[in-house]
Amino acid sequence: MDALQLRLAHSLRSFRLEVALEVGAETVALVGPSGAGKTTVLRAIAGLFRPEEGMVAVDGRVWLDTEHGVDLPPERRSVGLVFQEYALFPHMTVAENVAYGGRQRVPELLETLGLARLARARPGELSGGERQRVALARALARDPSVLLLDEPLSALDVHTRAHVRAELRELLRRLRLPTIVVTHDFEDAAALGERIGVIVEGRIVQLGTAADLIAAPASPFVAEFAGLNLMPGVARARGDGLTEVTLADGTLILSTDPGEGPVGVVVYPWEVALARSAPVDSTQNHVRGPISTVVPVANRVRVRVGPLTAEITASSAKRLGLEPGQTVVASFKATGTRLVELA
Amino acid sequence: MRRLFDLGLALALGIALAFLLLPILALFLRVSPGTLFAQLGSGVARDALWVSVKTGLIAHAFVVGLGTPAAYLLGTRRFRGRQLLLTAIELPLVLPPAVAGIALIAVFGRRGLLGGTLEAAGVTVSLTQAAVVLAVAFVASPFYLRQAVEAFAAVDRTLLDASRTLGAGSFRTFRRVALPLAAGGLGAGSVLAWARGTGEFGATIMFAGSLRGQTQTLPLAIYAQLDQDQTVAIAIGALLVLVSLVVLLSVKLLPSWTRFSSGWPTPFARSASR
Repeated sequence: MDALQLRLAHSLRSFRLEVALEVGAETVALVGPSGAGKTTVLRAIAGLFRPEEGMVAVDGRVWLDTEHGVDLPPERRSVGLVFQEYALFPHMTVAENVAYGGRQRVPELLETLGLARLARARPGELSGGERQRVALARALARDPSVLLLDEPLSALDVHTRAHVRAELRELLRRLRLPTIVVTHDFEDAAALGERIGVIVEGRIVQLGTAADLIAAPASPFVAEFAGLNLMPGVARARGDGLTEVTLADGTLILSTDPGEGPVGVVVYPWEVALARSAPVDSTQNHVRGPISTVVPVANRVRVRVGPLTAEITASSAKRLGLEPGQTVVASFKATGTRLVELA
Repeated sequence: MRRLFDLGLALALGIALAFLLLPILALFLRVSPGTLFAQLGSGVARDALWVSVKTGLIAHAFVVGLGTPAAYLLGTRRFRGRQLLLTAIELPLVLPPAVAGIALIAVFGRRGLLGGTLEAAGVTVSLTQAAVVLAVAFVASPFYLRQAVEAFAAVDRTLLDASRTLGAGSFRTFRRVALPLAAGGLGAGSVLAWARGTGEFGATIMFAGSLRGQTQTLPLAIYAQLDQDQTVAIAIGALLVLVSLVVLLSVKLLPSWTRFSSGWPTPFARSASR
């Protein structure tokens, strides 16, 4: 049975929010443009917002059921909510902030999140990344059944962001709590979420893995949003200045980006060319495999080959006569890749 | 030309300062400090000080005790008629003291709105110390309420939400988050209300009278001593000047003591702008 069950309906200013979602011991990223109702979903789960109609149940316990008049106040819902700007209490130290959620686990949480040294500091003295860890520790101190993160990375600058994202991913995988992460950035969603729900004007238009979304977007909008391949692997520096990344299925990818250890290889689908046989040109990365799906998106086609999705014009697809099952070679340049840290 | 203008400006400032400060200085110059101190030990001054402190403390307890939760409601919830209520509690601020006096008599006086009920219960308010407390609370509470509403409204709502999701109920959220963060504004409001209450004259003399040891507060004692012993009146005046100075300084300094309240409201700023 799924740990978190959720059904919400509420008329917002310009559209109707209608979301149904089930989350197991996994991280689901809700991604979509700002104003799509993502934060409202989190607030409804936490009890900070009461929808016109809805049901929220966690591990079989009902938190909200508008039909039967059940609506537990926030303090009685076992939820850890990390706010967008973290909402740390400015008049309390780091330790006091964390203890506010529950005293028992404070030393352990400060230790796990690398905050022991900062226990007596006040939020005003912390960096963005440190604040985020305090907010996480505080949310976890309550030993919540559900973890909700509202744009956990948006308050950080670009440099801290990549690093904090990797840490967060690692932590979420370790916790194995039903978790919903709200973000407007697909790269964050792909890095953090095991499944991704694309939410547009109050509805989840597609729910699946990052690879599913990019290979077979349900609409041009999703295609635009799910605009990048993110393939996890292990990076190792090569002698010639390039980085070699071994993907889970053994595929080797070369990148001009530096990297070491667990990384995600980011390639834009429009940077990937398809051919019947390996081309003799400047591209260094060739992934040979059978086509699993061919999905038209407006005047383009998304073709999935192994771990990779290519976006080519509809006319090229027709000329090559691409069909699922055919073996093709997907090629892209080492300079067209970017490596992102994944803890 | 420019020099002349600057000279004119300086002259205007000089006259204004002299006009404002000379009377205050005069209190200290007319009588020697020794006499001043001795006169404060006189029976009239001591009695008045006692009445002032006692009624002031009781009134203040009411103002802060009731005003704080009321201001929390007004400062953190949005509901219909809120603006109207905010304006209503400011009305006593602009009311002439004589009107406040007669208004209190109209409610609590023997033939007032509640007078009959109170009398039946064996309680007389008019011309008692209770009347002083009511008069002081009536004129002072808007000063506290206004500042307190602003202070609570300035607390980031997300922090209150965060507290709830961390398992704290409404009361714990109020006590552990809202109250400490609004402390600066509450302190300033409290000091201002105390100052206004201490100086209360008009409503008190009408509603409570000026009975030595009973209802005669410090300002009333000044008035009463005017034709009896002016040095006593001046000594009490000097004492009140010092009290006012302390009030002014603490209102100016309070914000730096409470470095956590984000939006610290300025005393006397228009609160209706929100």
